[in-house]
Amino acid sequence: MKLNQLTIHELQKKLREGETTSLETTEALFERIKAVEERVNSYITLTEKSALQQAEHADTLIKEGKAGALTGIPIALKDLMCTKGVRTTCGSRMLERFIPPYDSTVVQKLRDDGAVFLGKTNMDEFAMGSSTETSYFGVTRNPWDLERIPGGSSGGSAVAVAADECIASLGSDTGGSIRQPAAHCGVVGLKPTYGRVSRFGLIAFASSLDQIGPFTKDVEDCAIMMNAISGYDPSDSTSVPADVPDYRDFLSRDIEGWIVGIPKEYFIEGIDPEISAAIEGVIKDVENLGGQCREISIPHTEYCVAVYYIVAPSEASSNLARYDGVRYGFRSDQGKDLMEMYKMSRSDGFGTEVKRRIMIGTYALSSGYYDAYYKKASQVRALMKKDFEKAFETCDVIVAPVTPTPAFKIGEKLDDPLQMYLSDIFTLSANLAGIPGISVPCGFTKGDLPMGVQFLAPHFGEGKLLQVAQACEKNSKIERRRPSL
Amino acid sequence: MAHLARLTIGEEETEKFTSQLNDILGYMDILNKVDTAGIEPTTHAIDLTNAFREDTVKESMGTDVALANAPDEFGDCFRVPKVIE
Repeated sequence: MKLNQLTIHELQKKLREGETTSLETTEALFERIKAVEERVNSYITLTEKSALQQAEHADTLIKEGKAGALTGIPIALKDLMCTKGVRTTCGSRMLERFIPPYDSTVVQKLRDDGAVFLGKTNMDEFAMGSSTETSYFGVTRNPWDLERIPGGSSGGSAVAVAADECIASLGSDTGGSIRQPAAHCGVVGLKPTYGRVSRFGLIAFASSLDQIGPFTKDVEDCAIMMNAISGYDPSDSTSVPADVPDYRDFLSRDIEGWIVGIPKEYFIEGIDPEISAAIEGVIKDVENLGGQCREISIPHTEYCVAVYYIVAPSEASSNLARYDGVRYGFRSDQGKDLMEMYKMSRSDGFGTEVKRRIMIGTYALSSGYYDAYYKKASQVRALMKKDFEKAFETCDVIVAPVTPTPAFKIGEKLDDPLQMYLSDIFTLSANLAGIPGISVPCGFTKGDLPMGVQFLAPHFGEGKLLQVAQACEKNSKIERRRPSL
Repeated sequence: MAHLARLTIGEEETEKFTSQLNDILGYMDILNKVDTAGIEPTTHAIDLTNAFREDTVKESMGTDVALANAPDEFGDCFRVPKVIE
């Protein structure tokens, strides 16, 4: 196996045993990036020079016996996590030249642990999208079929892992932006509980929904990444001061006697039959492993798209009001006075989807419509949260599809925003309820596209997710394929 | 609405946006099927009360750093076009 194809735990072992160095691995990754990047476009910015320095430094630490879990491990970061001295664009013209003066907390944590940062990955502009087609820096392509979308908004981070252009990566998930691209690209992706991982230095989209999480090649790596990024941060007032377990401990436990809920509202008409069959296969696996599957109900599921596409744009319209062309970001030179400068800067700096969502949010929050939209949506959100609380009284985890279909064609839904929004139907609820979710590969379609299965757990149940995902990964007969780029 | 959002939308874009936003907002009407009488709205998924900390003085960013990303600056200030005639 080539160095760039290794998992974190495989590379850790090789580094420890002196079989390779971080420098050699980092060089192999940049070679791979140079070979495939023209076709997939998963990175916006590469930081080769500093990465090689970080790798050399990591090798010294390893030799001195001072290595942490991620020392010398090359990682890619979604381009909405602030990185000190490295531009952070959020996929937008608005922030094309923005160079953050500080590191986000997750980046700081990885840096302290000795990780190597390869670069910043492509994403839908301001994380608004399900396909990584709305980036100012071009479309990212699915390595399994270059005519198809990789999913979004963290498409670049998913592709970088799937195409072996990094060992692991970080993304963010506001309505499925980690789980959905993970499913479409055949990798593992986890959205933690709201408050588990600090959002400090994460460029805000919808602050009550955003959460940072990992993309990895297997479940064990996912646990390693969760250990590295989780925990309370005084700089994020919504991060939760709760103890973080060692997530690796869950990997060796079985799921004997577990009750796994199958929400009947998630198995609706319109799901691709190959995906249905794959999920049924997972349900059989769970039963073979000693779990009991039981039908449950999440009654308000049909409203999640409507609730989400009011709440998220409302928060976005408020969060994105800061881009005024004054302190940082794009400024148009067309405005004659201050008001015109604001308007021209925002109109030229933001892309179509961002403007569309700002408009929806502005409308939903405007006086006269607030009660009918934002307040109503927040009330239904309360009911959805209760749905999950009730469901988890009767089951340990929930199993569900991640997406209704495999990856769709590039351009297919770009002009039909409502169709694009409806493709998020199975992932939105977890964000609205704040619960964690994991997407794990569960097979391939006849057309060789990867499919994923989703597990959901109660608040702070990431350990349970890793436990059931690991059990299924071990048991499944899915061969580990790589895209033939 | 565009003015409230501080956006300028061209004529062609206005037409496209209007029809798309009508579709999207029309879809939201589905929420009227839900009885929400007496339901307290949830704006946060995790129950957290105020996060207080000691009010201690720390070093701040410094003018140079704060101005480093400014599109236009003058001395220690951000410079903007004229505000009033």
